Amino acid sequence: MAGSNWLPRWFYQLASPRWCYDITGKLLPGFLIAAVLLLVAGLVWALAFAPPDYQQGNSFRIMYIHVPSAILAQSCYMLMAIAGAVGLIWKIKVADMVAFACAPIGASIAVMALATGAIWGKPTWGSWWVWDARLTSMLILLFLYMGVMALYAAMDNETTAAKAASVLSLVGLVNIPIIKYSVEWWNTLHQPATFTLTEKPAMPVEMWLPLLVMVLGFYCFFGVSLMLRLRNEIIRRERRSGWVRELITSR
Amino acid sequence: MNPKRKKRLILVLFLVFGAGVSVSLALYALNQNINLFYSPLQIVNGEAPKDTRIRAGGMVVEGSVVRDQQSLHVKFEMTDYAKTVPVEFTGILPDLFREGQGIVAQGSLDAQGVFQAVEVLAKHDENYMPPEVADALEKSGKMPTPPKEAFNK
Repeated sequence: MAGSNWLPRWFYQLASPRWCYDITGKLLPGFLIAAVLLLVAGLVWALAFAPPDYQQGNSFRIMYIHVPSAILAQSCYMLMAIAGAVGLIWKIKVADMVAFACAPIGASIAVMALATGAIWGKPTWGSWWVWDARLTSMLILLFLYMGVMALYAAMDNETTAAKAASVLSLVGLVNIPIIKYSVEWWNTLHQPATFTLTEKPAMPVEMWLPLLVMVLGFYCFFGVSLMLRLRNEIIRRERRSGWVRELITSR
Repeated sequence: MNPKRKKRLILVLFLVFGAGVSVSLALYALNQNINLFYSPLQIVNGEAPKDTRIRAGGMVVEGSVVRDQQSLHVKFEMTDYAKTVPVEFTGILPDLFREGQGIVAQGSLDAQGVFQAVEVLAKHDENYMPPEVADALEKSGKMPTPPKEAFNK
């Protein structure tokens, strides 16, 4: 790895807890401002200005929370599994800390996706919950998050805990394509995706533009909460090192 | 990459690959059980079990809905454009229930081949549009209709 230098210097610096703490400290305000602006603008746009749906009326607006949280819950899982793999292969401490920080955030976002889905399901489908493939695989995602969190909590040794949790999150990675394609492989009550990267979205621009703003806002919010948790974890695990002592005494 | 890391990388890839293969084999074996509902074609062909609670899914046939004036009893026909199954239901239908709309009903087949539903859920497609656009499309006859297999997903 050290021989190739096609990646910028700061990328390698991220692997050092101290540099990672500094870099995320610089990125944090930008992400925070972007998250607040995008979420406020997106929410006002989605709830007040986007047109209602011809069949579902105003209840379809819950989509503006449901879809971003469902997307983010899966992205967060992938990040957690990849960070876990990097930690397993290259033994990078920061990667383990990223995976550790991802789990509770992802779990809460998965809960949000499931809860908003249930609230949406009652008026449109007529049921809070149906055991169809999409809903069930999403519930499994939540259980995977909780399993990863439980493994971290069950082991005192951080390295062993990170190893076990990374293996579990890598095995659980198989669930991500199942969630995505469940609506195509099997017949489900859940409708197929409105958004795909390859096709025109099945809704007009004044409906999907606020959704796009909300998705970006959710990602920025995720960046903020991940960096906050990561910085906490770096300080906690490196508390005996010189630079953390200096940092604390300088305050 | 040093040999130790390479070994670990291969192990991780093997883990992900192995998990993927075993889960996909299991899902392939369970394929029929994961489907939420039977289609009218399967019901008419006798592929759906009788005398037990099943789910059936299809489109409500246009003009087939008959509501009883005295009670909440509703009769309608459900189709997958290949076969049609009559359905009877007593209860409150979801807001999105209408002719031409996809539904998933839970219930069982009676001796006459009528599906006695105890629960009717509405299925909606992935198309969203403002009411004005829907009106305009309806007038010009360009309303997107679901492709014949679409409701089956």
